[in-house]
Amino acid sequence: MAIDPKKHEMPTQEPSVRAHNFSEVALGYTYEMAKAEAARCLNCKNQPCVNGCPVNVHIPDFISKIKEGDIEGAYDVISLSSSLPAVCGRVCPQENQCEKNCTLGVKFEPVGIGRLERFVADYHNANEKSNVTVPENNGHRVAIVGSGPSGLTCAGDLAKLGYSVTVYEALHTAGGVLVYGIPEFRLPKSIVAKEVDGLKALGVKIETNVVIGKTLTIDELFDLGFEAVFIGSGAGLPNFMGIPGESLKGVYSANEFLTRSNLMKAYRDDPETPIMKGGKVAVVGGGNVAMDAARTALRLGAETVYIVYRRSMEELPARREEVEHALEEGIDFRLLTNPTEIIGFSNPEDARDPRNGFVKGMKCIKMELGEPDARGRRRPVPIENSEFILDVDTVIMSIGTSPNPLIKSTTEGLEVNERGGIIVNEDGLTSRDGVYAGGDAVTGAATVISAMGAGKTAAKAIDEYLSSK
Amino acid sequence: MYKIVTKKCLNPTVTQMEIEAPLVARKARPGQFIILRVHDEGERIPLTVAGTDAERGTVKIIFQIVGATTKLLGEKNENEYISDFVGPLGEATHTEGIKNVCIVGGGVGCAIAMPVAEEFHKLGAKVTSIIGFRSRDLLILEDEFASCSDSLTIMTDDGSYGREGNVTVPLREMLESGEKFDMIITIGPLVMMKFVTLTAKPYGVPVTVSMNPIMIDGTGMCGGCRLTLNVDGKKITKFACVDGPDFNGYEVDFDEAMSRGRMYADFERHAYEATCNLFGKEKN
Repeated sequence: MAIDPKKHEMPTQEPSVRAHNFSEVALGYTYEMAKAEAARCLNCKNQPCVNGCPVNVHIPDFISKIKEGDIEGAYDVISLSSSLPAVCGRVCPQENQCEKNCTLGVKFEPVGIGRLERFVADYHNANEKSNVTVPENNGHRVAIVGSGPSGLTCAGDLAKLGYSVTVYEALHTAGGVLVYGIPEFRLPKSIVAKEVDGLKALGVKIETNVVIGKTLTIDELFDLGFEAVFIGSGAGLPNFMGIPGESLKGVYSANEFLTRSNLMKAYRDDPETPIMKGGKVAVVGGGNVAMDAARTALRLGAETVYIVYRRSMEELPARREEVEHALEEGIDFRLLTNPTEIIGFSNPEDARDPRNGFVKGMKCIKMELGEPDARGRRRPVPIENSEFILDVDTVIMSIGTSPNPLIKSTTEGLEVNERGGIIVNEDGLTSRDGVYAGGDAVTGAATVISAMGAGKTAAKAIDEYLSSK
Repeated sequence: MYKIVTKKCLNPTVTQMEIEAPLVARKARPGQFIILRVHDEGERIPLTVAGTDAERGTVKIIFQIVGATTKLLGEKNENEYISDFVGPLGEATHTEGIKNVCIVGGGVGCAIAMPVAEEFHKLGAKVTSIIGFRSRDLLILEDEFASCSDSLTIMTDDGSYGREGNVTVPLREMLESGEKFDMIITIGPLVMMKFVTLTAKPYGVPVTVSMNPIMIDGTGMCGGCRLTLNVDGKKITKFACVDGPDFNGYEVDFDEAMSRGRMYADFERHAYEATCNLFGKEKN
């Protein structure tokens, strides 16, 4: 049988429909589609895809199980390596990881590994019989700081080994960036809740409303009897550009905009937490967070949403599928463009005019690509006299974050690098004995799966550390 | 869930509650704040800690009913619960080296100023308190201030109690008469803090202001609470939740902070009216 050169297409909501709702965009493969896509896997000997996965899921093995029609078996294979398959199947940048290495991808489109992973996880969640066996307790206690992807992964792996694990979360809901950052239409919150419930069933305790570094310090966690601590506190304060007008009303960080909509449910019809809806919106930045913010603004009723990015489409760091979805939904990409000033409304006749101090436009300059920088990306250079004003009333800055200062400022002997990221060795061990760290708190803003990989590495190291104690 | 242990109305719009939150009670220092949600799905609002009782594991909050969430909170009774209560957040008020302090509080801001005054009194500093209200009905915490202040001046806008006028009048008189404060700490409406700072400026006395901007997470993640400081001619962005809430009054861009504070004025008015209507219906 000839191999289909293309991936089986993912069924999605029509762009014109989904641009006005918060339901999930991608609908998932059917059983038949999954079997047909699985049949494209060559099951090649050297398994390059596995090396492309930060947590090394045994990809050809789980795909073979799908071919056999044993979906639960496929789930068991994935579970050996990943504690959040329904999440990864949705948000991993597969094109830069497993699928990038796929042998089939040399000649054709690679196998839709992410889509298959999602199918397996959703099938399992829909047909699950609760037969979780809580592993025998080994008497050791570990504290996890933060319930995002790295923390949940570390907690899950340790709980499966019999550790008694407590996860401390600063916000009122567990999930970290999966809850406050990634929107419902890309990752339904019910899926995150299900994964968290799965950990609770394994005996993991989750304490919300505890800010480590404030409510309790790392040292106090040891006083409470924890023998090791994993810090997965995530990225911190949003960066701004430092241009005039960034404090005008109508300028948000992407973190704030997304937190209001996702965590605080401001997207609902009658929310208790306000958010600016409608109008013309510019999102500055080109990462996944920028795509999420732009598509959220669109769904909140914006007439026009721009992505303003200083490089070209080729350098855009967002996951390819998100960019494609954004384009289909009508997001207007203003590439090779950089803001220089945000302009506010000011009525010289009336200081009490309620419109005063709100955004009325953003001055931008056109850019061209110059010489490559240290990382090999071509540096954008402004084109003289190319300024123009973009007519907008909301601006969302999505240009990265700086590490949160709360833990390092209250933990003596915890070393951080010049950017404020916690310094760790290859096992995730920090400069403090028994204190491990991973995810954005170490690397700065990165992906869900790399954070999970770090949580996994640390769990293994913590197990070795405590079992040799 | 966090239990409301006591509830007391201080005036028609200001309520005091003690909330059971032992971890917060153990840690909170004057000047720090907490964030609470009244119910699941509710808004997160920051409130400054008005006192703690580590033994009973309670944290005192004092709030004015100004919007939908404070209205909902005000409707709760003793032995009922609120869904979330997290803290202590922000940095505590710095007290080192201050032997002669002037505390200037306005309106419900006095609820935050009071524990700061108490702390300085406990540390043996000379405490001069000036507290201002719109009128006598709105006066709160007079006895508490009296017991921790070496001198207490009460001002009302309409002259219905204490002296008539605003808090800058006695402050200027004191500074004019040669009073050498090490620090003026002011907590209240932004416009009051701005004018306290302007009043102190000619006398070269340092001023600390307590900022209370719009916040969501309160832990240094969303950036909603940012404000601009002018430091040596340069504009610097700071975050009230992790860098504050106390700032050097001479550096704060008050006009920007006042403008940002009104970002959701329309939304808040509608939400408040809707909440009032809801309670109105229930009572009828």
